[in-house]
Amino acid sequence: MKNNPYKNKTLFYPGHTACAGCGQNLTARHIINTLGPNTIVVNATGCLEVTTTKYGESAWGVPYIHSLFENPAAVASGILAAMKFKFKILNLKFKMPNIVVFAGDGATFDIGFGLLSGMFERGDNILYVCFDNEGYQNTGAQASGSSPLGTDTTTTPHGKKSIGALQTKKNMVAFAVSQGAVYVATSTAAYPKDIEAKTIEALKYNGPKYIQILVPCVPGWGIESNKTVEVARLAATTGFYPILEIIEGKITKVLKTSAQKPGIEEYLKLQKRYEHLFENANGKKVIAQLQSICDQNIAAYGLCPTCEEHEVLMQYREINK
Amino acid sequence: MKQILEGSQAIALTVNLCRPEVVSAYPITPQTHIVEDLAKMDADGKSDFEFVRAESEFSAASIVLGASAAGSRVYTATSSQGLLLMTEVVYNIAGLGLPVVMTCANRAIGAPINIWNDQQDAYSVRDSGWIMLFAKNFQEAVDLHILAYKIAESVSLPVIVNVDGFIITHTMEEVDIPNEKLIKRFLLEIKRENILDVKNPKTFGSLVTPSDYQEMRLELHEKIKNQKSKIKHEMGKFKNIFGRKLDIVSEYKTKDADTVFVITGAIYGTVMEAVNSLRKKGKKVGAVHLGMLRPFPDEDILKALANKKKIIVLNRAISLGAEGILTTEIKKALYGKCKAKIQGEIIGLGGRDVTVEEIVGLVK
Repeated sequence: MKNNPYKNKTLFYPGHTACAGCGQNLTARHIINTLGPNTIVVNATGCLEVTTTKYGESAWGVPYIHSLFENPAAVASGILAAMKFKFKILNLKFKMPNIVVFAGDGATFDIGFGLLSGMFERGDNILYVCFDNEGYQNTGAQASGSSPLGTDTTTTPHGKKSIGALQTKKNMVAFAVSQGAVYVATSTAAYPKDIEAKTIEALKYNGPKYIQILVPCVPGWGIESNKTVEVARLAATTGFYPILEIIEGKITKVLKTSAQKPGIEEYLKLQKRYEHLFENANGKKVIAQLQSICDQNIAAYGLCPTCEEHEVLMQYREINK
Repeated sequence: MKQILEGSQAIALTVNLCRPEVVSAYPITPQTHIVEDLAKMDADGKSDFEFVRAESEFSAASIVLGASAAGSRVYTATSSQGLLLMTEVVYNIAGLGLPVVMTCANRAIGAPINIWNDQQDAYSVRDSGWIMLFAKNFQEAVDLHILAYKIAESVSLPVIVNVDGFIITHTMEEVDIPNEKLIKRFLLEIKRENILDVKNPKTFGSLVTPSDYQEMRLELHEKIKNQKSKIKHEMGKFKNIFGRKLDIVSEYKTKDADTVFVITGAIYGTVMEAVNSLRKKGKKVGAVHLGMLRPFPDEDILKALANKKKIIVLNRAISLGAEGILTTEIKKALYGKCKAKIQGEIIGLGGRDVTVEEIVGLVK
């Protein structure tokens, strides 16, 4: 870009076409600005790609490649192999760039799952960031392997015989840990400082790194565009979306819930995708189940303010047996 | 140097001499020996490429896509179901204009599952935007790989080198593996671009809306069509350096022939035998090998077949519900320009042995 007014200010330019209040693009900006200019972005098909790369325009101040929906992990491995060759064999002198994958939960939990597993297994030095908005929001809010129990989506609509999505969210964090990812962390769009700190921390480790961030989707979740941060915060403070850092398989940090932690209804009632749960007895049962998921997370990851650290680790090991 | 080698070994040795920087592949019969040989060269320190193990063909193709975008010379090989699995990436590589070179060890497609040779795999990706070459014999299986790197990297398009599974990959024959210095000389002038340079950030793989998509696809279409003369030019340079002639269309005893067989791939050898046998019986027959399916060499095919009475197209792949795919291709090239009767035949599917007698019997 000639006469770039944003030069040295940001690597993620304004003017992209994301919705007002988009949790994903907000989070992507914080990450890319933390990673800095010596970074190559590999993006899966999805809202981030669609809203930032319309032909003739680009929101990216770093090299960016989009190939397909399911393959960013493998494309990133290929870029890394090319860099290794330049470095080792050709003896070119340069600072190895950070290679970062940006992919949604559809690309990560579902269609690109096998390819992500391959990247983990190869031990490739890549930071994989999953922007988790719990469904195929780009195509109109269909359910993915990340959609929580009871979510009303366009492919798991609620109705006389259905309360919405029947599955529970796939535990990708445990999967990443089990596959040997050296650095695994979660966060939500409400905590940019946490995201920045985790991005910096992740870069200290050589090997595959996985950060999963809950990013509210205004149209897909049916929230007000000024509620993104509030919803993302409630996801964490209720214990529904535990905020963790796991280094080399050990939990090193968790975000504690407060003594007066909000109940899950506080989180659900702000979102149209859960509206139906408040309408009848079956829905109330699902709300109780979702509350019990929060309680289990709080116990399992030691999120309550009084939990001891060693207790957390013991419980985590139990889960992962 | 002339050596007696297995086809796969000859291909692997040649690919290594082309000095790829990143190799990634997933095993599938009959491609396996090629990638096993490359892995062994890597293990023995006889190569310097990064060998990246992939968990699927889809991944292997994506890995070489990424490496190619970062400016590396890359290689992958596959076959049959593997090529179909990576089809989405195959289209993507072409759309992005990345100079990937891939070997397809041609094999049948299931169901019913069958690991033996025909060309249904390659013909199934003929519309994807790759330059598609077919080896008619052992030596071409070697030579076309060297040519493929030259073409791919000088015009920024991917190239598939098709070699018939088992017929070439698993048999042994005398073959010349060119000297590395000559290969280097042939490939020397190419400069590969790293489009992911952090000093010059670019956005690659953009979303293209209806206002530009059609133009971009047509541009790619024209670009591929316009490579015919460039490819011939490179074949000429190849002859100057290596002393061997490569042809987009090869002809055998066609000059005075009234009936001509047309085929892609290594069964051409058997077809030439059949021509000799028919000639002994006084029949004026000849044979044509089509060495390049995309871009389709309409003029060359027309030149070879224009004044013939009968053309017998030998198909190793079918457009199910229509006809042999090569038959359609030949009809298209000759439409309105040639009065020959075109007889489409489907032969040698799923490894069925094609004999001289069978081919002789097709001339009625």
